[in-house]
Amino acid sequence: MSAIQEIQTEIIEDFAMFDDWMQKYEYLIDLGKELSPIEEQYKTEDNLIKGCQSRVWLHAEHTKGKIIYTADSDAIMTKGIVAILINVLSGQSPSEIANAKLDFINEIGLKEQLSATRANGLLSMIKQMKIYALAYSN
Amino acid sequence: MLDIKKIRAQFPILNRKVNGMSLVYFDNGATTQKPQSVIDAEANYYTDENSNVHRGVHFLSGLATDKFEETRNTVQAFIGARHNHEIIFTKGTTDSINLVANGYRTLLGEGDEIIISALEHHSNIVPWQMCCKISGATLKVIPLLDNGSLDMNEFDNLLSKNTKLVSVSHISNTLGTVNDIEAIIEKAHNFSAKVMIDGAQAASHVALDMQKLDADFYCFSAHKLFGPTGVGVLYGKEEILNVLPPYQGGGEMIKEVSFEKTTYACLPHKFEAGTPNISGVIAFKQAIDFITDLGVSEIAKYEEELLRYVTAEVLKIEGLKIYGTAAHKSAIISFNIEGLHPYDIGLIVDKMGVAIRTGHHCTQPIMDRFNIPGTARISLSVYNTKQEIDVCVKAIKKAKLMLS
Repeated sequence: MSAIQEIQTEIIEDFAMFDDWMQKYEYLIDLGKELSPIEEQYKTEDNLIKGCQSRVWLHAEHTKGKIIYTADSDAIMTKGIVAILINVLSGQSPSEIANAKLDFINEIGLKEQLSATRANGLLSMIKQMKIYALAYSN
Repeated sequence: MLDIKKIRAQFPILNRKVNGMSLVYFDNGATTQKPQSVIDAEANYYTDENSNVHRGVHFLSGLATDKFEETRNTVQAFIGARHNHEIIFTKGTTDSINLVANGYRTLLGEGDEIIISALEHHSNIVPWQMCCKISGATLKVIPLLDNGSLDMNEFDNLLSKNTKLVSVSHISNTLGTVNDIEAIIEKAHNFSAKVMIDGAQAASHVALDMQKLDADFYCFSAHKLFGPTGVGVLYGKEEILNVLPPYQGGGEMIKEVSFEKTTYACLPHKFEAGTPNISGVIAFKQAIDFITDLGVSEIAKYEEELLRYVTAEVLKIEGLKIYGTAAHKSAIISFNIEGLHPYDIGLIVDKMGVAIRTGHHCTQPIMDRFNIPGTARISLSVYNTKQEIDVCVKAIKKAKLMLS
């Protein structure tokens, strides 16, 4: 099992412990609060992800064959979702990220918990992370 | 006194559950729910009356045409228009504004000016930008005061003999401000400028009398006054609509067609190319009847009471700030809570069955004016209750607790 898949399995197990939406949301809020901050210089217009109602900045760095993502959002729940994505993808190799199947999103009910526009934003985030990976895999 | 219980009983959707909770629908600024009479009229049209209008000699076509035109007469009476051919059916407010703005592309030129305001919905901004780009006219903007009302002194400064058209909203969809459109119309007319009023947020909340108001154009959407989506009204004074070039070419809008020359039909058909939303227009009559049966002034009185109540209740929440505090306001509350993003609030209260809107509400210039990314918005209608406001306030408090 690849590292990405292992982390996904852990996340699915984490979310399986919650009985209701409130616990899930509180967990997301906590993850958002704990996300390591992005450096201010990367909170630029260019790093903003389109398709989110709240603002999301995503920055990627390529070091020692791995991609390190940092991100921020002005909405805390969005930040929680970004934190999960970073947890899954950051520190992996470009090719692993580009080919990753992110099935945990459906398993933990994130997609259904979020409104259509929010789910769109989620897809935009994933797309942008993969675009960085593709750019670095050449 | 309105019997709110009886009113609510006419709206089947209000009985449904959302996320296991009773629905509290506070997004009426986006669209209102529909009474059974409107839903039945839509279904009945397709069950029993379906036929194209203004075309056939057969029985059903005549029936559909009669009912379609009956709505036109109902709208005419509802807004106090002089003639029924001054009522143009469109797809909605946005379509109505585009119809006029498109016509003005050829009526305006360099040196001419259009004035809009800083609290307009994007649909009362972008069509005029497009109009200016093509015609060479210049767009001017009436700024906002801190309380969300228009800076009328600045409006006086903007008006000149170059002003050809002023287009402002009757009520702000984001801030709830009721603009002093009587004064705006009078001032603009002193400079011989025409005035268009975007009444999308006003038509079911304020009694309208076009002849008294003297607006040159007034428009609104059926779906914001308990009617179907995809139906709008453009009212225009006869003499101005006669001068305005047609918006779309096609069937129904012509008098004679040859490859050399086409002459256009009279009002209102000149602006109604193609098969319209017949079922929607027919059902729209039921929506207006619903409003007139209750009485617009009775509705306004009740909504005013709700506005006072919701304002007092939300202000009890620590750190909550209301945007839009003009003296004359409609039942719309735009707010933020210190340190919290409106989107997070909206997401959590939704889980408790409360539907509010979050974001920039298609009014990004207002957000820029107040330097905020967006707001959470409560917009009320006649079927809402104080009990629902209590549920909403409780949900907001819960969200605040979770997010802080």
